[in-house]
Amino acid sequence: MSIFPPKEKVWFNEPVEKAEILWIGIALVWALIMFAMMPLWHLKGSQNMSNEAYRIQPDKYQAKVDEFVEKYKVGEEGKAKTPVVHPPAGSDVYLLARLWEWYPVLELEQGKSYRLHLSSLDWQHGFSVQPANINLQVHPGIDEVVTITPTTSGDFGIICNEYCGIGHHTMLGKIRVVAGK
Amino acid sequence: MVAKPVFRTCGVTGLKIHDGAELLIKANAVTAVVVLAVGGLFGLLVALTRWPSVHLLPADMFYLALTAHGIDILIVWCIFFEVALMYFASAVLLGSRLATPKMGWVAYALMVLGAVITNWKVLEGNSSVMMTSYVPMQADPLFYVGLILFAVGALIACFIFLGTLVVAKAEKCYEGSIPLVTFGALVACIIAVYTIASGAIILIPTFLWSIGLIAHIDPLMYKVVWWGMGHSSQQINVAAHIAVWYAIAAILFGAKPLSEKVSRMAYLTYIFFLQIASAHHLLVEPGLSSSYKIFNTSYGMYLAVLGSMIHGLTVPGCIEAAQRKKGFNKGLFEWLRKAPWGNPVFSGMFLSLIMFGFLGGISGVTMGVEQINIMIHNTIYVPGHFHGTVAVGTTLAFMALCFFLVPVLFRRELVLPGLAKLQPYLFGLGMGVFSVFMMGAGTLGVSRRHWDMAFTDAPHAFSHAPAAFLMMGIVGVSAVIAVIGGAIFIAVMVGTILFGKPMVFAPAAAAPSAPPAVATYGSAEEFSVPGTFTLALLFLTMFVLYYFVNWKYLASTWLLS
Repeated sequence: MSIFPPKEKVWFNEPVEKAEILWIGIALVWALIMFAMMPLWHLKGSQNMSNEAYRIQPDKYQAKVDEFVEKYKVGEEGKAKTPVVHPPAGSDVYLLARLWEWYPVLELEQGKSYRLHLSSLDWQHGFSVQPANINLQVHPGIDEVVTITPTTSGDFGIICNEYCGIGHHTMLGKIRVVAGK
Repeated sequence: MVAKPVFRTCGVTGLKIHDGAELLIKANAVTAVVVLAVGGLFGLLVALTRWPSVHLLPADMFYLALTAHGIDILIVWCIFFEVALMYFASAVLLGSRLATPKMGWVAYALMVLGAVITNWKVLEGNSSVMMTSYVPMQADPLFYVGLILFAVGALIACFIFLGTLVVAKAEKCYEGSIPLVTFGALVACIIAVYTIASGAIILIPTFLWSIGLIAHIDPLMYKVVWWGMGHSSQQINVAAHIAVWYAIAAILFGAKPLSEKVSRMAYLTYIFFLQIASAHHLLVEPGLSSSYKIFNTSYGMYLAVLGSMIHGLTVPGCIEAAQRKKGFNKGLFEWLRKAPWGNPVFSGMFLSLIMFGFLGGISGVTMGVEQINIMIHNTIYVPGHFHGTVAVGTTLAFMALCFFLVPVLFRRELVLPGLAKLQPYLFGLGMGVFSVFMMGAGTLGVSRRHWDMAFTDAPHAFSHAPAAFLMMGIVGVSAVIAVIGGAIFIAVMVGTILFGKPMVFAPAAAAPSAPPAVATYGSAEEFSVPGTFTLALLFLTMFVLYYFVNWKYLASTWLLS
């Protein structure tokens, strides 16, 4: 019984049930397959973390964002008159998270790749593009770079999905993906 | 300390019970149940707020209730009960005295004090920082002090458990190896020590930062170390509730492990690999390398998952073997059909076993894949998963054990037996449905820890798919059902302790007599477990399908590199 000491003092040498040995074998193979899948996806798959990130002071990051917005601004949108920015395909794109907004609105082209920079000015935020369902963590002091290629077009919400205080649920940004030519 | 330890003999089990240990077990278990009631109530408020058409609490109260729910259930309830369990698995199962009961009371007092302080600060409203309290968001300094005191108390309890093992060995209370259940508790204790150490390493500096003595805590470093506590504390639960499964199988069926070696080796993989996996929470974090993430999130090549899959076979396997020995031999599943489904000790345990594997286990491994996590991180899929582990796994297993342990320790008959019979089904199935639909809503992108999925006050417009709202409605309904189950549990426990009819034992029953044990089978004789093996293959099929469906789903989203 499992609540009493084993009957045999030397239990280690007792033969093992066949079903157990078989199951251990099957489960071990499955474990190794799962372990192989992650490196394999890095080689063959198209959805991977970039591992590219830099330390940056929040004010320096803000300066980069401001410069970026000034350069490519094409309009304004929403209750807060957030600037809309249309950067050229393949360029560096800057998105800023702060209490409680995503800045600016990005206008991207479907099927084109962009080097997207993400950082926060204050607390941690969660970059959640919906309904594409891409979720990345955004830190203050870290400039995170991912190469992103939107494959579907339309208006996408950027939900903040890392709790960031009382206005957290109002922190909603926008990415517009225009259909490719 | 000098007084000779006093023992009584249990009228139900014949076990020798040390008075000092018994009092401490009762105190810790009762406190745990009280905290479960409080934390559950906060949970109900959270669920009723996330139910879109009810939307009960205002935003500030919602974040407050969510913080309290997380801390009270994930930390305080589980650990109080685990302390009771450690004392039980050492002093009672080994028939030994508990080492230093006085220190046991110090530990208890520190844990109560810590829990009260942290709850007080949260309820005051200035520490709604969620259980994770990620910096640079700051809570009241006493919020951290409370957590630290609680952890110190728990650490003392761990060492009392280890001390009791030493005492039992030295005083020759048992021969040979410690029982499997005690071994499981030992694994839980080792993981707990690691967990508490991680907590101390991060929470003490964070406390110093909150009172201005340290200028800066790096948010990324905070998360890496904090999750050494946050994730590992849930691994204490896993090790502990698996010990509870084995214990209940032994108590109800006289089941012995199919093989001591296999079950203990499976536990050993936990010590090596289970508590390393803090990266589950860091997979889409900037600044950490993929090779670190992959090794860490896979618990070292999924060897701890292998351990869990082994327990998943051996726990029902030992029940099947015991039942077949008793003659329930027809077909694949007579042993299971004729199991005591009306006894909440069994139904709670078995539902916990099945749902922990199928819901919590499969979803946990899948979402823990580095790349698949991109679709899941911080969506409501995450709480969906861990209600599939902590609620239907750990909590349900602990509840099931309570239905056995509370009458035995308090020597009172269970009140409201009719309701008690229903309890595991209401709580377990309610929580199971809750967990499934939360995961569903998560795959549609609904965020966790979020007050308004309609984004009414946001600067832009965005609306989730109508299915997401429907699913969150189902989540609300099933939460209410589960809470009714939880309330029945509390009512039965409190009722039994206060008003239960005292048990009377015939004098003969007081003599130490082992419960009807199934002496030899399995390893020694040939006795296969075809029913369990079939269940295991069904589990594996679901696992493989779900795992690859998620890869396919990932392949259809935007490209990232």
